[in-house]
Amino acid sequence: MVVELFLDLLSQPCRAVFIFAKKNNIPFEFKHVELLKGEWKAPVPVGMNWVEEFGKVNVLKKVPALKDGAFTLAESIAILLYLSRKFNTPDHWYPSDLQKRARVDEYLSWQHTTIREKGCKVFITKVLVPLILGEPFSPEKLETAVEELNSALKQFEEKFLQNKPFIVGNEISLADLMAIVELMEPVGCGCDIFENKPKLMEWRSRVEEAVGKELFQQAHEILLNVKNLSTTQLPPELSESLKQLLKP
Amino acid sequence: MGMELYLDLLSQPCRAVYIFAKKNNIPFEFKHVELFKGQHCREEFGKINILKKVPALKDGVFTLAESTAILLYLSRKYNTPDHWYPSDTQKRARVDEYLSWHHTNIRGNAGKTLWIKVLIPLFTGQTLPPEKLQEVMDELAISLKQFEEKFLQDKPFIVGSEISLADLMAIVELMQPIGVGCDIFEDRPKLSEWRNQVEEAVGKELFQEAHELILNIKELSNIQIDPQLKEHLAPVLRKMMK
Repeated sequence: MVVELFLDLLSQPCRAVFIFAKKNNIPFEFKHVELLKGEWKAPVPVGMNWVEEFGKVNVLKKVPALKDGAFTLAESIAILLYLSRKFNTPDHWYPSDLQKRARVDEYLSWQHTTIREKGCKVFITKVLVPLILGEPFSPEKLETAVEELNSALKQFEEKFLQNKPFIVGNEISLADLMAIVELMEPVGCGCDIFENKPKLMEWRSRVEEAVGKELFQQAHEILLNVKNLSTTQLPPELSESLKQLLKP
Repeated sequence: MGMELYLDLLSQPCRAVYIFAKKNNIPFEFKHVELFKGQHCREEFGKINILKKVPALKDGVFTLAESTAILLYLSRKYNTPDHWYPSDTQKRARVDEYLSWHHTNIRGNAGKTLWIKVLIPLFTGQTLPPEKLQEVMDELAISLKQFEEKFLQDKPFIVGSEISLADLMAIVELMQPIGVGCDIFEDRPKLSEWRNQVEEAVGKELFQEAHELILNIKELSNIQIDPQLKEHLAPVLRKMMK
């Protein structure tokens, strides 16, 4: 039985897992969990009753999730590391050299509450909140979100990237992969955070090339067409519960 | 030159690193970075960790930030017992899974109790309304429920029958509310039992030693706060007080 990966490519960590698996020719079954159809929250009637199973795959009801036989796993970092070990992927993804490996760990740990959190906030402010509330986005809130992300990006460039081609030396690693998918999220909603940042732009080009332009495009297709989301109808129960979450 | 660990035991991730190093007899020089004195904001510390946060490690010319990275580095360099970060692929994945989820769930919420009950009053002279604390406790309750349902379940430790880095990172974080009088173990027997098991696995004496500062935090109400630190924290404080 092949590994099952429960993914929605709108989600940054899902893209990291998707790209990693594809790039390394890891055989898997793509189980599409459509976030905007609320498939992570409630069973979808008729024809999709495997989704009830999703809660059994990941009781936290988040994507990405992995199922390998009876073994289920949540959290993209855990999934990436698991896949790298099980399928013995090339060393540069998670170098065996102690210090290089520590640098990858360092970035993966730091990014949760910085790049990831602030990148999400930009997307949520510009796309999701308007979608849920049916109102235009708040320019002030967006400005604040972008400022916070830029602050994190400054630290990213100063501490993690510096003058190196990749976060850890000369080759792409899980650190670059997790970073790039997060930073594409604001791009996908029209906030080009790479603009006027030549070093970051160069790093992005290198990462895209290391991944492979075709695979990179494929993984980001849904995101880059996110303007089509404005006409998406959220299922009413999902809409209601998300509105509750957004209450100040 | 030996390995240096830059720590303040008021900080949860510092306690995890401290306990781990001590428990495994890892030789290190304890470099005290006193957060209340704003020592982490200084240029000198910035050379060790440009992010100006503790814990930080210096091993020769190699410097490292982030407690998870430090713990993993130490476990590998010093070849610590397998149970801390099991070589079994699936058990190891379970530790990774917890360590990842921890950041935005247990870690975010548990620490806020210290801010609301002690730090904000200390820095601003203002006490926050009880609703603020209740908000944080409610959110923490949700994380604790997920912790018990998903990560602990009916096992003695997060990953099977022995303590791992996952339990260590969790326990130090959950001791933060204890230090300020929010007993999150009360009325949670399973969690309480897990706590006892973790304390025993660490060793009661070492556990107490690591937690002495936080468990006596109320005595710090007379402490002089470094003015530069107050200024540095002003935006963070304002945000938390909203």
